[in-house]
Amino acid sequence: MNNPQLDTDGQLRHLLSIEGLPKKILNQILDTAESFVGVAEREVKKVPLLRGKTVCNLFFENSTRTRTTFEIAAKRLSADVISLNVSTSSQSKGETILDTVDNLIAMHADMFVVRHAQSGAAHLIAKHVPPHIHVINAGDGRHSHPTQGLLDVFTIRKYKPELHNLRVAIVGDVLHSRVARSEIHALTTLGVPEVRVIAPKTLLPAQVEKLGVHVYHDMDEGLKDVDVIMMLRLQNERMNGAMLPSSEEYFKTYGLTPERLALAKPDAIVMHPGPMNRGVEIDSTVADGKQSVILPQVTYGIAIRMAVMAILGGGTGAAL
Amino acid sequence: MTDANHTLDHNQLPDAEALLLVLADKLKPLLKANTALVGIHSGGVWLMQRLLVLLADQIKLHQIEHGTLDVSFYRDDYAQRGLKAENRPSQIAFDVENKHIILIDDVFYTGRTTRAAMNELFDYGRPASITLIALVNRGGRELPIAPQMVAADLSLAASQHLQLTKLADGSLALELTPQHNSARP
Repeated sequence: MNNPQLDTDGQLRHLLSIEGLPKKILNQILDTAESFVGVAEREVKKVPLLRGKTVCNLFFENSTRTRTTFEIAAKRLSADVISLNVSTSSQSKGETILDTVDNLIAMHADMFVVRHAQSGAAHLIAKHVPPHIHVINAGDGRHSHPTQGLLDVFTIRKYKPELHNLRVAIVGDVLHSRVARSEIHALTTLGVPEVRVIAPKTLLPAQVEKLGVHVYHDMDEGLKDVDVIMMLRLQNERMNGAMLPSSEEYFKTYGLTPERLALAKPDAIVMHPGPMNRGVEIDSTVADGKQSVILPQVTYGIAIRMAVMAILGGGTGAAL
Repeated sequence: MTDANHTLDHNQLPDAEALLLVLADKLKPLLKANTALVGIHSGGVWLMQRLLVLLADQIKLHQIEHGTLDVSFYRDDYAQRGLKAENRPSQIAFDVENKHIILIDDVFYTGRTTRAAMNELFDYGRPASITLIALVNRGGRELPIAPQMVAADLSLAASQHLQLTKLADGSLALELTPQHNSARP
């Protein structure tokens, strides 16, 4: 099958989803990110790789954290960055996505970071752009959020380097979560032997088992002896119709409390992609507790985004 | 050193282990207070690790710190070749500001790696000085940069690629390989 993410040599050309990326590419991104972690600790937090290049953040859907970390990542690579909040600009005047993209290409943009509420938006742009331009999916609909998935496995690898020995639980609104999908693909591709999803039936996609995960509806049972707990945000704004009785009720059955955390391994880490709903999916004591690695996730997110952009942005001379 | 393009074969290469001892002798007088060693990946780091042992007394006496650089993020051929699939974090755990830095590389060739390494070092701070030492100068530099100290001068044809390797028993050896093209495997 033709994979639009890879060029004819099997090198990364666009990052659209983790699904379909070989382990080798995932490891290349993670290893490169390792080298970028240290850059942030220097006197000068910049490397010159993307000097003279223009990175365009195209956010058709709001996301302050993701946009900010992409922006910081591009700037630490010395790129010029333009962040367009498209929901408030030309699109509202009726311009199509591809027209917006063509206009930015005419302004010599070299890379697009795309966030859109519709699944497939980044694919559409990737298929449209000329070969020297690279596209990174920063979240499309319910489909995929590859840099989030990558930063999550990077964080896990930092705290639990033996991936082939881990039991990981993903808890919450899997149905609406592009993050969960990307995490599952990343974890299984990298050889994590046991990935569990814990959620009520109404928040799980049909046939979720086909992704290679073990399904639990009972949280206490699902958390038993896990090494990593990845909480998901309860996506209130995505919820159409009543899938849950109330957020208080949800917290009672699926909220991560200190008592429930105690069921996992004593050195288990707790993750959350943010933004957190304290008291809905996670108790504040846990979110701020010593097993929480939620803020390191944010820090590592910059290194991962730098790695992806650095891998995409180089080597165009040889490829053409 | 001559400008002629000699093609050497493998038996004509000097013994890296012998050169290492020569380099250690030459380096010894440079080790004083406020000096730090920085190895450039990979060969320069192997050399540094050996030098740290060979010169352990001086290193301890002057409290000499050390670090490593992987210059991948500063290379000038990134636009053509992209990032190498393998790169390692640079580790400079000491304060570069006002230090006398001794940069260690295995084979000095065009000078482009040294330029990249100097640019990277300056992103950590402003060193008092930078000295470049290399095991071998193979000839062919393209920039106004040269090592102050080498254990051997060779003159190799541009078609030959000389690199340091680490053998299974941990010892170092020079080897010739076909034209170097490590990035974008």
